[in-house]
Amino acid sequence: MSDTDIAAYALRLGDDALVLAQRMGDWIASAPQLEEDVALANIALDLLGQARALLTYAGALVLGADGGPRSEDDLTYLRDEREFVNAQLVELPDHGDFGHCIARLLVFSSWQYELYAALADSADQTLAAVAAKAVKEVDYHRDHATQWVLRLGDGTPMSRQRMQHALDAVWPHVEELFETDDLVVRLVSERVAVDPAELRTPVLAYVAAVVDRATLAVPVTTVRHSGGRRGIHTEAMGYLLAELQHLARSHPGATW
Amino acid sequence: MTEAGASAREWPLWEVFVRARRGLSHGHVGSLHAPDAAMALRNARDLYTRRQEGVSIWVVPAEAISASSPDEKDAFFDPAADKVYRHPTFYSVPDGVEHL
Repeated sequence: MSDTDIAAYALRLGDDALVLAQRMGDWIASAPQLEEDVALANIALDLLGQARALLTYAGALVLGADGGPRSEDDLTYLRDEREFVNAQLVELPDHGDFGHCIARLLVFSSWQYELYAALADSADQTLAAVAAKAVKEVDYHRDHATQWVLRLGDGTPMSRQRMQHALDAVWPHVEELFETDDLVVRLVSERVAVDPAELRTPVLAYVAAVVDRATLAVPVTTVRHSGGRRGIHTEAMGYLLAELQHLARSHPGATW
Repeated sequence: MTEAGASAREWPLWEVFVRARRGLSHGHVGSLHAPDAAMALRNARDLYTRRQEGVSIWVVPAEAISASSPDEKDAFFDPAADKVYRHPTFYSVPDGVEHL
């Protein structure tokens, strides 16, 4: 197995966590309740912790342009949009719609849960250790999203309609999570990576069961967005990165 | 934010009790708003145990708690002030009994 491959794989998982952490940070001081502010912030911080471990690992495996390792900060603040390899689902903006945040969290945390549960047996000890720790965090994220989908779906006519609309909005970005490519195939054969295609059945079964209990319908769509793993992102990504990176780029090396 | 304000009024208040370690009792740590008991437990986990403060949480609807009134303070508590014989200080404790 090559370090370059492992670094590229860790970068994907790290970018997923990093970008969703940044996206969920939007909710701090804007959630429906003070209690929910804290809940979403805790989830975002869990994700940020996962991102730090994964990006640090990726950066140590591959040397940067100056011949030295790249730090988690280098990778976070100094890459351009096309170099980010997160799935598009995590960058989608909520536009203040709490249901959208919860719909995305249900899908993503269900996927991340199955991924980390399997990755805990990876032949790569660092990835296995990160996954074993993170799976407990993600278990809670998934539960939090589940509780809200049940309450909003099986709530008032308005909350039900909005929760369904939110599921419909994120659904075209779900299949991207299950895509396999050459990198993954190589790493799966080395027992380092988890084949995303194998996550599809358990993830969709969990999500469908929650959606069904919430008296909602699993969306049906032929629209299928993709490209995040190759650095192709939605319009929202540039704005997200501008907010994430501008301080570090405007004041290189700034500390406080 | 008017919607948030309205829902804050509708969500009931819950009192939160956390047990710090096995062997200790649950102690009151604060309160929170939640739509139901399941969410109250989860909110309590997020608000009151994020720095490893506990191993067990109770949530109780605040309206289910009957509290003594400040007006009853004299009748309730003052009579205990001069009953020193209620404290177990008139015994000699045998050597070797550490946790009495």
